[in-house]
Amino acid sequence: MLRYDLVVVGGGPAGMAAALQAHEDGVESILVLERADTLGGILEQCIHTGFGLHYFGEELSGPEYAARFSEALYKTDIDVKVDTMVLDISADNVVTAVNNFDGLLSIQAKAVVLAMGCRERPRGALSIAGSRAAGIMTAGTAQKYVNLDGYCPGKTVVILGSGDIGLIMARRMTLEGAKVKAVCELMPYSGGLTRNIVQCLEDFGIPLRLSCTVVKTHGKERLEGVTVANVDEHLQPIPGMEEYIPCDTLMLSVGLIPENELSKSAGVALDPVTNGPVVDEYRETCKPGVFACGNVLQVHDLVDYVTEESKLAGMGAAKFIRGEKPAGETVETAGEGAVRYVVPQRIHRDTDKDVKLYFRVGRVLENVQLTVTCGEQTLLARKKRKMTPGEMEYVTLKASDLAALPADAKLVVSTKEA
Amino acid sequence: MKFDVAVIGGGVIGALISRALSQTDLRVALLEKCNDVAMGTTKANSAIVHGGFDAANGTLKAKLNVRGTALMPALCKTLNVPYRNNGSLVLAFSEEEMQHVHALYERGQKNGVPKLSVLDGAAVRELEPHVSGEVVGALLSETAGIVCPYELTIAAVENAVENGVEFFRNCRVTAINKLTDGFCLQTTCGEITAGYVVNAAGVHADEIARMIGDDSITLVARKGEYYLLDKAYGYLADHTIFQCPNKMGKGVLVTPTVDGNLLIGPSALDVDDKDDVDTTSDGLSFVFEKAKRSVPELTLRGAITSFAGMRAHPTTDDFIIGFSEKSDRFLHVAGIESPGLSAAPAIAEMVYDLLCERTNPHVRADFRLERPAPVRFRNLTKAEREALVAKNKAYGRVICRCETITEGEILDAIHAPAGARDVDGVKRRTRAGMGRCQGGFCGSKVVEILARELDVPMNEITKFGGDSKILFDKTK
Amino acid sequence: MKTRELICVSCPIGCAVTVTLDDDGQVVSVTGNTCKRGDSYARQECTHPERMLTSTVKVTGGRLPVVPVKSAKPVPKELLLDCMREINQVCVKAPVHIGDVVLSNILNTGVDIVATNEV
Repeated sequence: MLRYDLVVVGGGPAGMAAALQAHEDGVESILVLERADTLGGILEQCIHTGFGLHYFGEELSGPEYAARFSEALYKTDIDVKVDTMVLDISADNVVTAVNNFDGLLSIQAKAVVLAMGCRERPRGALSIAGSRAAGIMTAGTAQKYVNLDGYCPGKTVVILGSGDIGLIMARRMTLEGAKVKAVCELMPYSGGLTRNIVQCLEDFGIPLRLSCTVVKTHGKERLEGVTVANVDEHLQPIPGMEEYIPCDTLMLSVGLIPENELSKSAGVALDPVTNGPVVDEYRETCKPGVFACGNVLQVHDLVDYVTEESKLAGMGAAKFIRGEKPAGETVETAGEGAVRYVVPQRIHRDTDKDVKLYFRVGRVLENVQLTVTCGEQTLLARKKRKMTPGEMEYVTLKASDLAALPADAKLVVSTKEA
Repeated sequence: MKFDVAVIGGGVIGALISRALSQTDLRVALLEKCNDVAMGTTKANSAIVHGGFDAANGTLKAKLNVRGTALMPALCKTLNVPYRNNGSLVLAFSEEEMQHVHALYERGQKNGVPKLSVLDGAAVRELEPHVSGEVVGALLSETAGIVCPYELTIAAVENAVENGVEFFRNCRVTAINKLTDGFCLQTTCGEITAGYVVNAAGVHADEIARMIGDDSITLVARKGEYYLLDKAYGYLADHTIFQCPNKMGKGVLVTPTVDGNLLIGPSALDVDDKDDVDTTSDGLSFVFEKAKRSVPELTLRGAITSFAGMRAHPTTDDFIIGFSEKSDRFLHVAGIESPGLSAAPAIAEMVYDLLCERTNPHVRADFRLERPAPVRFRNLTKAEREALVAKNKAYGRVICRCETITEGEILDAIHAPAGARDVDGVKRRTRAGMGRCQGGFCGSKVVEILARELDVPMNEITKFGGDSKILFDKTK
Repeated sequence: MKTRELICVSCPIGCAVTVTLDDDGQVVSVTGNTCKRGDSYARQECTHPERMLTSTVKVTGGRLPVVPVKSAKPVPKELLLDCMREINQVCVKAPVHIGDVVLSNILNTGVDIVATNEV
């Protein structure tokens, strides 16, 4: 049995930032377990720029952003095992992992940081009728083929879903010589950043079809085309509105799901909206000493926020190991109005730092009055000109305000349109 | 290439017949038009072993179903494929349907089906707490079970090849010439001569028959669509749950699979194109709505995939097994629709007897009865895993995260007799890509491993043979 | 005189900006923006739009068959596809490090194409 103060599951941006922060805060033995053959996680294949604007004030590519952390990490005495898959985390924080050089590993950890990231929603979850031909893949799989394996996964492409990955892949495929026929979006608005709509679609004349979905795939062996249809306000295809688009590839960018199979087996409670663990202000889950950060906790749109969040988890883990973590009463947070969820879901009243509440809205809002209230008391009020489901928002609460809250308080983040 | 017997069709029927013949000194060829075995009806059906009460008295279907169902557990054990004797229920929602249940009971008795009983509504709900409150009773068949049809087929072919059967993939028969002592088959793999031909070509068996001028067989291609639900919903049914046929059609079933998923289906639609296994939104919503009648808690949130399969419905309504009127060296095994999977072990036995009567072969002393159990890392204990990885490091590299499938298992699947040559072949043999993410993460790794092991570039690798290539050219 | 409609990408609000240009293509006025950044974005976008370009370049002997690259500075938008043709011609030998110039002064723009990963 190996022993570490801290085991970090996942060596992507979240795991690296958490490990580095914990190291900086004095944790002596740290092990990072990564299933891929390098650190960096999904950033390895995100070769576009736009990473790091908030955190570094620079516009980096994914691999560059990852390298800032992996280089720093390899300079420390933090242990790293790549090509290693975690199989189980027991009730008493024994991490079981396997690789092809150590074999089966059992590691007793004082604290664990969960940083497994997320996966893409597959076709099956959508029930698109038609053939099972080759050429139907998630945008992330296509991204790996083109950016890491150096193969073109399609020549004529339709993309379903206008989240950022879908938009980025539309540009990427175009630059590599493919023809992107359309990006279809079920909702009446895009889930992606405006900047990506302009620079990935408009720059190349790629049509964005809102309120439109793929209803059927055609072709016996390789995909030959898709039928798309406009949808009504209940998101149901409107009969008679179908159109056939010939293409050899359908890329799906229809949502990300935090990968919490391990968390569940470890006994961590999940939030039904985020599909990630329920955490406190240091990202500690309901299980003492088990922390979660990054896309396993909530799907982020900016890696900069992942880093910020993961540093909190690393800090929390260090405090936990030292026995200094805030442990007093907690207050709960909740979203109301268009606010779908709030992370963290609970906050210690005796916390030692200001707390950022991250949240997302469920629809596009304009001229919004955003408030954080506790019963009759308004802790914070702010006007926002526009809010979209595609962009994560946050507000900062002062530690002193939190300390003054009553014991069974509930903090509510809500929106009202003027 | 000369053989004593050529079996056309690498479905469960052709596979089990080939395996049965492989215990003799007959030289046997198994010809499959696709890149892998189990690519037709075998790949996409209800995966159940029927009790045998449904087929009309005195039919081949009835006789072979009851016999096949009795043989199935031992066969699965010998071939090391999963089988579960979960039993089946035919639900009745009215007194009228109860009469049908009683009629099925009577028919089953005459067919010689053991362990049948008629239950009242309360007894049904005790067995299956999630069935509809409207159920007034059911027929319980305790010998019914579930099996994985493609695993059974893959295992049978592995064992057959191990015992000397020669397997030809991508081998489509295009013409058959009669010789004095057999046939010369023109195929996409060249000329193959054989003393006897077994026509186990599934939905295409009528076309194969016509190649020797035998137009006695007419098959209707009947499409059936299914939903497969995540293992998290497996608790909704333990037995295979049928409905009574009524004015609205035959009804759909809800059944667990041997892997613990839940399967619902099939629809039934006669189609002209025998290879049209597209799913349709009408077919799928029919399946879901019908299935909800049996188990109201069903939800499509749990759907991880949907698929369609083709059944070969014979216009005679019974299995067609016997020598052709045009040649006593040409043996039809056609029209094997439901309960074909259940009957398959008995069909193989019958065909074996028919051929041995003519050829009088010797049984080989060196016949290896058993197909060794494949490694299933996910099912092993910690100590077993440790020992395995210590012996072979490839079992320490997890490729499919959702199902915990290791590189070692994928290598085994590729290098097995008649092993996997494409991504779907690896998936069927190992379950890599069958979980929640449906290959999102491991798909590209499986392509990489296949390319490396088969020593071809990645863009030669297909999803399921033919033109189902996954990648185009290199970008640079 | 002509007008162009743009969506400002400077921040998430995404203001709909209208730019009026004279016959020489010079910006006469910018309306619809709600901050200064919108004004400068619109002017740049209408006179000399630029984009960061990212792609991959062939590598031999490395851990991957391609190395990701980016333009060290934005390049003129209308040259993106021409730049790709140049980039597709390049082949480098491993090891390649972050920041290595794999193609200098692409199409005489004064912009280098640099590696963004270790291969």
